[in-house]
Amino acid sequence: MTARVGVITFPGTLDDRDTQRAVRIAGLEPVPLWHRDKDLKQVDAVVLPGGFSYGDYLRAGAISRFSPVMETVIEQARGGMPVLGICNGFQVLTETHLLPGAMLRNNHLHFICRDQKLRVENADTAWTSDYEAGQEISVPLKNIDGRYVADERTLDELEAEGRVAFRYLDGNPNGSLRDIAGITNAAGNVVGLMPHPEHAVEPGVGTGRTDGLGFFTSILKRLVSAS
Amino acid sequence: MTLDTVKHANETPDVDQPWAELGLKQDEYERIRSILGRRPTGAELAMYSVMWSEHCSYKSSKVHLRQFGEKAPEADTPGGGALLVGIGENAGVVDVGQGYAVTFKVESHNHPSYIEPYQGAATGVGGIVRDILAMGARPVAVMDPLRFGAADHPDTKRVLPGVVAGIGGYGNCLGLPNIGGEVVFDPCYQGNPLVNALCVGVMKHEDIHLAKASGAGNKVILYGARTGGDGIGGVSVLASETFDDSKPAKRPAVQVGDPFQEKLLIECTLEIFREDLVDGIQDLGGAGLSCATSELASAGSGGMRVELDRVPLRDATLSPEEILMSESQERMCAIVEPGKVDRFLEICEKWDVIATVIGEVTDGERLEIFWHGEQIVDVPPRTVAHEGPVYERPYARPDWQDALQADDANKLARPATAEELREQVLKVISSPNQASKSWITDQYDRFVQGNTVLAQPEDSGMVRIDEDTNLGVAVATDGNGRYAKLDPYTGAQLALAESYRNVAASGARPLAISNCLNFGSPEDPAVMWQFAEATRGLADGCLALGTPVTGGNVSLYNQTGETAIHPTPVVAVLGVIDDVDRRTPIAFSDEGHLLYLLGDTKEELGGSAWSQVVHDHLGGLPPAVDLDREKLLGEILISASRDGMVDAAHDLSDGGLIQALTESCLRGGKGARIVVPDGIDPFVLLFSESAGRAVVAVPRSEELRFTDMCGARGLPAARIGVVDGEAIDVQGQFSIPLAELREAHEATIPALIA
Repeated sequence: MTARVGVITFPGTLDDRDTQRAVRIAGLEPVPLWHRDKDLKQVDAVVLPGGFSYGDYLRAGAISRFSPVMETVIEQARGGMPVLGICNGFQVLTETHLLPGAMLRNNHLHFICRDQKLRVENADTAWTSDYEAGQEISVPLKNIDGRYVADERTLDELEAEGRVAFRYLDGNPNGSLRDIAGITNAAGNVVGLMPHPEHAVEPGVGTGRTDGLGFFTSILKRLVSAS
Repeated sequence: MTLDTVKHANETPDVDQPWAELGLKQDEYERIRSILGRRPTGAELAMYSVMWSEHCSYKSSKVHLRQFGEKAPEADTPGGGALLVGIGENAGVVDVGQGYAVTFKVESHNHPSYIEPYQGAATGVGGIVRDILAMGARPVAVMDPLRFGAADHPDTKRVLPGVVAGIGGYGNCLGLPNIGGEVVFDPCYQGNPLVNALCVGVMKHEDIHLAKASGAGNKVILYGARTGGDGIGGVSVLASETFDDSKPAKRPAVQVGDPFQEKLLIECTLEIFREDLVDGIQDLGGAGLSCATSELASAGSGGMRVELDRVPLRDATLSPEEILMSESQERMCAIVEPGKVDRFLEICEKWDVIATVIGEVTDGERLEIFWHGEQIVDVPPRTVAHEGPVYERPYARPDWQDALQADDANKLARPATAEELREQVLKVISSPNQASKSWITDQYDRFVQGNTVLAQPEDSGMVRIDEDTNLGVAVATDGNGRYAKLDPYTGAQLALAESYRNVAASGARPLAISNCLNFGSPEDPAVMWQFAEATRGLADGCLALGTPVTGGNVSLYNQTGETAIHPTPVVAVLGVIDDVDRRTPIAFSDEGHLLYLLGDTKEELGGSAWSQVVHDHLGGLPPAVDLDREKLLGEILISASRDGMVDAAHDLSDGGLIQALTESCLRGGKGARIVVPDGIDPFVLLFSESAGRAVVAVPRSEELRFTDMCGARGLPAARIGVVDGEAIDVQGQFSIPLAELREAHEATIPALIA
């Protein structure tokens, strides 16, 4: 039996079908989850995809965190279930405090869509074990509220504990503090990042690279070896 | 105040009505009276006035647009045979094979975008997306052909960032990749920017839906956003007649968009389609409920009865006239069998979309609208939707046309030295029109949906539509107002030819077109002549290329005072590619590949980028069009792509060969060594804008096969160089390092606008 990865759809989620495709390409079974259902359908891991859930009203991710599905996700994430938040999903994870910090509007105030070079800083998380620490990858970045901020103490803590998972290379695209593109929780099961690995999993489309596939093969290995 | 019911209208035939303020002419008002056999009620007058407006009725353009049908390619042509739904529906539909149908359309949102750039552009995207959705299709991509005033004009700095942010803000929230379009600057668009928006949608043949209301007893369901007072625009006079002083006075004439609501509407509607719950469907755009109800009813078999007071409102003080005319966004109207209504409403509830049964299809022939039980509209729906006035506007070739054409651009002073040629190359490729637009297009999401194969700055945007078979579609939009000003007939054909060439250059087979015809005032015979010539040119061109017109949009009155914009027909060509892995990009990515120039290069500088940038000149004749040659070039490019004979291809158009080389080199990060063939002047080689040309990069192993193919089919192919080094090196002339080229090409737009 292959591992099952839940992909949540909130109203306004955009990359849910793309994420399901990436999960499938990696050899996992994607399971659509609906924001109103508390039931996670016994999935082994969950991805919160990108988009503008609830129209980003109030603040990106601020309303989604109160959705019924998130109650269960928060509970199970604390119990060790792997959770990946991409872009808006990362914003939701910071709103739930599963991950520290917050995302503000890009320092140049524009939406930016580009192929973004990253360095994988932590290759020991549930979602990054198929990379090597220090590996450079390119995946699409596309957001308007992507500037990662946290207080100095939190940032120092993240650095000290090796919880900065990804850093921007070749130019910080949005003013994120310490070039942070993504972080992990202490246990390494909850990871969030602004760039979109699910858009870099097939050679013929998107940027033409498959640098993002490692997220999904990492979780596959983790789940298969656990079972 | 008294409700102006049908009964009341019968009793008070002599009431003065504000038909003139609503934009109707006296004879048009008289015609409404004669259709109804009485004076219209306020609500009826409101409906007729918006539906008989130029925007909705095409009353000035109709007689010319007929050619698109009359000259449509026969069914035995690839394009003619592929047409599933033609002009007249929300959008045309084309068969692309494997059971798939593709619908696409380009529309204008010019005037609102000048007044309120962000919302104008945003709702332009929203409107075209709903048109595509209403056909039964999932929207899969958008594109935006944009034209602004001079790049360094202060007002451009107001309009452009707002338009770009509006397109991004709305389109990005819908999850639609933005895969192409254009950005053009010219002083002629200073007070009249052109904001055109295109959307492409995909469905299976059996999922095609049409806007019709049939089957007596079927329910009329309005769903989506609540109706507010936005976008009433032309009826503000009427509004002030029916408003009393305690109400809010003027509301903005520009609609306000909510992309989150539209995203829900898309997903909700697609789920409704999947369960086959609708008989007919129509989006609400221009003219709002007036348009949706009258068009649905006239396309169906019976009549329609609507209880207008059931419409959910954002503002409870709206009058029935205002509700009928409101252009509030993110609304759709569906015709649903009674047995399916519950399920329909359930799906709407799932997506938090408000849905209300507002009426039903009747077995009569009238569109009847009631307000709290009293009848306020009783009309034959066709007279509102389709039988509006038609004008044969007078047209005449303007007296300045001869002088303009006599002012030959080929006689302008040319660079005297190689050094001067180098300077002019840098000047042209760094000019606002020729410079990289990535600062703009990087504000649009081009990756969402995960099917984007090609996006700007590629020749065409391309998306995969089937993951298993790799079937894809490509779309390019092109227009050149400068060419069309010099000769509208040829200019329209050049727009068509360029768009066709762009699609073919990326490896896709052109099938059909949509167009957005942007012109000045139809009341000016010179403008009307431009329009007549452009439509004739386009219709003739489509017949010759075998690509039918599937629909489109006309935008008139793009002028300030007496000064009209350049006639600007924008053409969008849709093509199909069997295997997207075979697509041809523009990038020169491998050293050693041989560069071939396909087609004939003549001395054709009329309307060229060079003449504009170096001499601020517009005169002479545009490049000549040879549509047989375009077809041949297209076939060669498509075969080369399918059989893997070329690694890169780039169409030649504004800016000429040097523009194409610049873009292909920078895209691939490789230089090019160019050898000027004997018998051609280096300046002409680099800057001429002769049509029917492309540059291709051929791997050495494929050279013989490729040149044999060109030779056998009679397409001139001249070897002009090789992909090599870190510079564009035109031997014996000049060399420009890629870094210098990149700086020149990419710094311009951010410096002007950011």
